[in-house]
Amino acid sequence: MMVQRLGRRGVSAMQSMGRAAILFYRSLLWGGPGSAGWRDLLQQIHAVGVRSLSIIIVAGFFVGMVLGLQGYTILIDFGSEAALGTMVSLTLLRELGPVMTALLFAGRAGSALTAEIGLMKTTEQLSAMEMMGVDPLKRVITPRLWAGMIAVPILALLFSTVGIWGGAFVAVDLLGIDEGAYWGNMQASVEFYEDVVKGIVKSVVFGLVVTWIAVFQGYDSVPTSEGIGKATTQTVVVSSLAVLGLDFVLTAIMLGGV
Amino acid sequence: MQMRNVELTVGAFMIMGIVALVLMAFRVSGLTQQATSDTYTLKARFENLAGLNERAKVSMSGVTIGRVTKVYLDQEWYSAVVEMEINADVETLTRDTSAAILTAGLLGEKYIGLTVGADPEYLEDGDWIEDTQSALVLEELIGRFLFNKAEEG
Repeated sequence: MMVQRLGRRGVSAMQSMGRAAILFYRSLLWGGPGSAGWRDLLQQIHAVGVRSLSIIIVAGFFVGMVLGLQGYTILIDFGSEAALGTMVSLTLLRELGPVMTALLFAGRAGSALTAEIGLMKTTEQLSAMEMMGVDPLKRVITPRLWAGMIAVPILALLFSTVGIWGGAFVAVDLLGIDEGAYWGNMQASVEFYEDVVKGIVKSVVFGLVVTWIAVFQGYDSVPTSEGIGKATTQTVVVSSLAVLGLDFVLTAIMLGGV
Repeated sequence: MQMRNVELTVGAFMIMGIVALVLMAFRVSGLTQQATSDTYTLKARFENLAGLNERAKVSMSGVTIGRVTKVYLDQEWYSAVVEMEINADVETLTRDTSAAILTAGLLGEKYIGLTVGADPEYLEDGDWIEDTQSALVLEELIGRFLFNKAEEG
C-alpha cells in the first residue's frame, strides 16, 4: 500500500516534469521575445517587473544596512573594518542579490502569475483561445517567460545597488568608517566580469526558472478555486527550493571548485 | 492611454537597470582602472612566486601602474616567468629597474613592487627586468632561523 502510493507519487511527479518540459519547449523555443507582439511583452514586464520594484528596493536597502551592521561587529574584532565595503558588495553581488530577488519575485510575481493563468484555465479562456485557433502557449505563456527573464536581472541589479548604498549609509554615516576605505577597497576587490556579470547570469537563470514554474503551475492546475489556491502555494514552495538548489549548482559551476 | 503609461514605466524600469549596471561597473567594480588606454608588456624571471597570481597589481611607490597578465614556468631554467602590463603613460622605467614580490600587510595579497635605478636608457615593450627579488617565503625564513639557532646551540 505504502509502496504503491510512493510509486504513484513518483510517476505523477515525473509526468508533471514532462508536461513542464513540453510547455517550455512549445512556448519558449518556438518564439522570441516579440513573438506575441511587443505590446504583450511590455505589459508583462510592467506586471512582473515594475510592480515588484518597491518591494525589491525596500528589501535591498534593509538587507544592505543589516549586512553593514553585522559585518561591522564581526570585522571590528579583527581591526579590519576597512574591508566592510568589500564584504557587503561581494555578498550582495554574488549571492544575496540574485537569490533574495528571485525569492521575493516568486512570492510577489510568481504567485500572481499562477493565479492569473489558473483563473484563465478555470474560466475556460485558454480553451476558448484554442477554439479560435490561437495557441495559448504562444499567446499567454511565451511573453510571460520572456518578461520574467528580462525583469529579474534588472531587479537583482537594483537590489544589489540599493543594498550597497544602504551598507554605505550605515557604515559611513552611522558607524563612521572612512568613506574612502569603504569604496576604495570595494573597487579594488570587485571584478566586473567575475562578480557583476556572473551575478547577472545567475539571476537570468533564476528569472526563467521561477517564471517557468509559476506559469506551469497555473497551466497545470486543477480548474477549481481550491486547485488555484493549491497551485499558487506550490509555485512559491517549488520555486523557492529550486532557486536555492540552483544557486548552489550555479555557484559551483561558475567558481569551478567542485 | 493606458498603454502609454505601461510603456513609460517599463522604459523607466529599463533605464534604472542600465543606470544600476553602470554604477556597478564604475563605482563598485572600479572598471575605470582597466579602461585607461594602452599598456606595454614587461617580463621578469623569479625564483619563487609564493602565491603571486595573474591580475595581481604592479606598483611603484605604492601607486598601481599595471597588472600581472601571465604567470608560467620556464621549463629550460625551471624558474617562474611573470608577464606584466604597464600603463603606457609610465614610460620612463630605467633599464636597471628592479622588481620584487611584496606582500600587502602581513597576510595580504602578493604584488610586484618596481624600483627604478639610474640607467640612462628606458625599458621598452617586451623587455626583461633583470634585477628581481623573489617573495619571502615564511616557511623558509623559519627554517633558516631554526637552522641558525641549532648551529649556535
